[in-house]
Amino acid sequence: MPTHCPYCALQCGTRLALRDGAVRVEADDFPVNLGGLCRKGWTAAEVLTVPDRLRRPRIRAAGGRQVDTDWDTALDTVASRLRAIRRTHGADAVAVLGGGGLTNEKAYLLGKFARVALGTSQIDYNGRFCMSSAAAAGNAAFGVDRGLPFPVTDLGRADVVMLAGANVAETMPPLMRHLATPKLIVIDPRRSRTAERAALHLQPRPGTDLALALGLAHIAIVDDLTDRAYLRARTAGYEQFAKRALTWWPERVERVTGVPVRDQRAAVRMMRAATRAYLLTGRGAEQHSKGVDTVAAFINLALLLGLPGREGSGYGCLTGQGNGQGGREHGQKADQLPGYRMITDPRAREHVAGVWGVPPEALPGPGRGAYELLDALGTESGPRALLVFGTNPAVSAPRAGHVADRLAALDLLVVADFVPSETATLAHVVLPVTQWAEEEGTMTNLEGRVLRRRRAVAPPPGVRSDLRVLHDLAVRLGEPPERYPTDPRDVFDELRRASRGGRADYSGISYERLDAGEALHWPCPETPGGHPGTPRLFLDRFTHPDGRARFVDVDHRPPAEEAGGDRPLYATTGRVLGHYQSGAQTRRVAELRRSDPEPFVEMHPDTAAGAGLADGDWARVSSARGTAVARVRVVPTLRADTVFLPFHFPGAGRANLLTNPALDPVSGMPEFKVCAVRVRAYRGPT
Amino acid sequence: MTRVVVVGAGPAAHRFVECLHRRGHRDPVVMLGAERRPPYNRMLLASVLAGALPAEAVTLPDLPAGVEAYRSATVTSIDRATRTVHLDDGRRFRYDALVLATGARAVVPRVPGIRWRGGLSPQVRPLRTLDSCVALGPGPVCVLGGGVLGVEAALALRRAGHRVTLVHRHPYPVNRHLDAAAGTLLARHLADRGVDVRLEREAVRYDEGLLVLRDGETVAANTLLLCAGARPRVELARAAGLAVAGGIVVDDRLRTDDPHVYAIGDCARYGRESGGGVARAWAQAETLAALLTGGRRRYEPVPAVVRLRDPELSVVALDRPRPRAADGRAETVTFTDPAGRRHAALEVLAGRIVRGVLYGLPQATAAATQLFDRDLPLPADRLALLLGTPPRTGTGDLPDDAVVCFCNTVTRAGIVAAWRRGCRDRAALGEATRAGTGCGTCVAEVDRICERLGAEPARGPATETGRLLAVGSGVTP
Repeated sequence: MPTHCPYCALQCGTRLALRDGAVRVEADDFPVNLGGLCRKGWTAAEVLTVPDRLRRPRIRAAGGRQVDTDWDTALDTVASRLRAIRRTHGADAVAVLGGGGLTNEKAYLLGKFARVALGTSQIDYNGRFCMSSAAAAGNAAFGVDRGLPFPVTDLGRADVVMLAGANVAETMPPLMRHLATPKLIVIDPRRSRTAERAALHLQPRPGTDLALALGLAHIAIVDDLTDRAYLRARTAGYEQFAKRALTWWPERVERVTGVPVRDQRAAVRMMRAATRAYLLTGRGAEQHSKGVDTVAAFINLALLLGLPGREGSGYGCLTGQGNGQGGREHGQKADQLPGYRMITDPRAREHVAGVWGVPPEALPGPGRGAYELLDALGTESGPRALLVFGTNPAVSAPRAGHVADRLAALDLLVVADFVPSETATLAHVVLPVTQWAEEEGTMTNLEGRVLRRRRAVAPPPGVRSDLRVLHDLAVRLGEPPERYPTDPRDVFDELRRASRGGRADYSGISYERLDAGEALHWPCPETPGGHPGTPRLFLDRFTHPDGRARFVDVDHRPPAEEAGGDRPLYATTGRVLGHYQSGAQTRRVAELRRSDPEPFVEMHPDTAAGAGLADGDWARVSSARGTAVARVRVVPTLRADTVFLPFHFPGAGRANLLTNPALDPVSGMPEFKVCAVRVRAYRGPT
Repeated sequence: MTRVVVVGAGPAAHRFVECLHRRGHRDPVVMLGAERRPPYNRMLLASVLAGALPAEAVTLPDLPAGVEAYRSATVTSIDRATRTVHLDDGRRFRYDALVLATGARAVVPRVPGIRWRGGLSPQVRPLRTLDSCVALGPGPVCVLGGGVLGVEAALALRRAGHRVTLVHRHPYPVNRHLDAAAGTLLARHLADRGVDVRLEREAVRYDEGLLVLRDGETVAANTLLLCAGARPRVELARAAGLAVAGGIVVDDRLRTDDPHVYAIGDCARYGRESGGGVARAWAQAETLAALLTGGRRRYEPVPAVVRLRDPELSVVALDRPRPRAADGRAETVTFTDPAGRRHAALEVLAGRIVRGVLYGLPQATAAATQLFDRDLPLPADRLALLLGTPPRTGTGDLPDDAVVCFCNTVTRAGIVAAWRRGCRDRAALGEATRAGTGCGTCVAEVDRICERLGAEPARGPATETGRLLAVGSGVTP
């Protein structure tokens, strides 16, 4: 059965075979992964049979313990309590948090359910913590946000690829197959596995990537390395940005970032000398309180060099989550309706309301972004109830200790999941749902290609699909049953209509075309004869009305929290190969647990020695928000002022106990990538 | 309402006005610039001089909306009693807060022939304003003064093809900041680039395109570029009765002795600190903008980082006048490699750089500057810092427990074991162990292991994995 890996945005092609009643994963020769898989992918089938799989709804009994219950009891309870909360506190007292791992169908129906059945404006999703900064910057620059506006396979023919804050060797290993030939320029405060493969590694101080991008732009301008014909023909706003970039001369940038002038120059020259060059950003550039401006600065650099919208070159964002792309297009984002339409746009409201059969004025306006939403839970003006689908904020949200307190303050927390995640264990009601190989649907990968997820095995008895759960709840809330289809194909057909004419137009995509093996990248409007999809955007024009890409005038500013005083170190967070996101799935796979069993903190030998720590010791890492306990890994290549923690681990090992919820003013992205900490030996029980 | 009037339109004034707006100040702001040009970036003057950048290119970003900016506006006096500034054309502006950002002016050496008819000789240009950098005539250029600016200008002009002589009074260039070893290397570099360097020479007369030196020698100088330093412009402040001592004296709120009058940038003097260039000017501008918008910040002197700006050079001088750690072990770290044109001398107190000079060490220049700026301890391995050598990562032969395929955690021993079981190429090994099936990076290493095992003398048939693993570990590929 051909399908796709359940984890990251690469959506590697896999085939699922049944052997002796067990599902076995085989790698498919899909263009993205070319027959490769990482160990998460190879072992993905084990998630289907984890011993603690949720098989029955659970409800919190008197005394606080969760006990098994039946579906009717669970759903009736949820519906009646939602009704009561809404009656007393208004529709916005009920909130929804979705995820970038949900299929397009689930994301779409969840958004519709929130806006129509609940009538709440309070819906957002964990993509806010993922690529929202790149999305905002992409929209501003190009008029549309598609992670990679070209197929992944184009990368392999490049001469040079610059990766700004992307550690693909660790987070998306099969992508490295496309990066074997190009020379890599890697920007990362850590000497990551990707940086080890780089022809040039720029190692800026955490929180200074924006200054570095401005400095590279400066060099391009002053050393006459820009593509002037391209600037004239295809861009707007160059003059004002150029003035800004000129205030970031290389020696100033060196002082702020720590990247030697020599290396800055070498990077720009390599990019300019390449016939085919790409600039890609990842979470390292994006997860900052200035993430949008940082990405904008890198896009500006790409524009100076004439890369975007030219076949064989370009700018792209490496979307992280499995359906991080599709998940942000179809209406689970606080300010959006399906088709990447803005909820504040009257024409968008009219169109979508028409598809949904409700008056436009019945649709709520924009709601809070994910962190603001979590931060408001159970407060005077905030939601009293939260429905969680496909995310685990108790581990993955910034300032996780505080977020757990907010979750605990709710009158009602409902979690739909297939494993007892850390968030599910806090819930009043847990609803067991299907997972990847047990369901049909579509996912949109990092290159905007819509893919079919296929069912290979039957779900365990007692488990329902997310679509069915939404249907069942909606009906109990008085909605007409036909408004919430449970067959993914029906939902997709409705999604096609809802997205028609939007920025992310799916109307020409069907299950039939996908099942026939067509490679369809959105936009793919419905046209007679069948639109071929758009593998490469911007070749003729950008999506702004005048067809030009926009330079955005951005300036560097320091991170919200600087290291110094009694918190002299920067902490930066990220991922390891063996785990996915909050680890709720991958920590349940024996092989992955073995390879990456516990939280760790990487530090420079001098930092360890200064704290009296040796490799393998346990350390307490403390920020203004909390303390995480992690095993010391001494890494001589790390900057001495920086420690690194992966965020996949629960409990006292949560890296997000430390992180700073300083938000980007545009995207609402928290500052996951830099906060001030100190490190001490841990003497408590381990 | 606070009506802010800024006298000056240089980098300090520009940054101040920008920060004020960013911090939400929406009351009236007036900016009075004496030059006819909009605010520009003085740091790039050498590039304009050399023709690498057109003059328009160095214009600073547009001022925030709402700022009333005047050009060619010369302030003649400050009436502190009525809080009014007067311009030479009769206009006047009332202020609640007056910010003096009048900058500095180039020092004009007392050499006969430089001054002419109450101004400068037409062939003499002080490298200070944009007007003095455009339309440089043909013929040889003499740079008078081998400080940072003079060296940068000489190299930029040389790169643009001019004939350049650099005349400097001291034994080596940038002598105020560099030690003799670095200074000597710099002089050699200038000479290598074709700059005619005249050290320990003084000019006595400028005459008809010739600069005459004390020893009688003459230097062709169709253009004479003055790079002999700058002095704060304080006349306005002095005439207004404000305290002036080597600059307009300010406290840690950047306030003069009149609570309504502030001074920032090259015209200001805080403690023993005056001048100091754009980094200091910006720090003062940011602090003052914060203070005037209700912030509680105080100005803290910025440690001096003097970094030569030239694409080929990596030279920095660091100096912290008042080290925070007053006691602690003092040490001096030096490294000199004249052949390699590299030199470093760091004075270290309690593990932190107090003063230092680095020449020809690009990586160390960046790293040491960051440590110095943030007063962080040097790494235990001082030499690694200076040489910028990355710490050793795994090279050479892998031990048995080394992970070859990181994507799938396959060790060398695992591959050897599979090879012994009969998997003799990368495809078969991949099938058996998953090595090479992730990012594909390790397939070369897998091939190498295969090749080496294949080259070994034949062994007995495989019978038992444990034994074979032991054999495998004994292989020296």
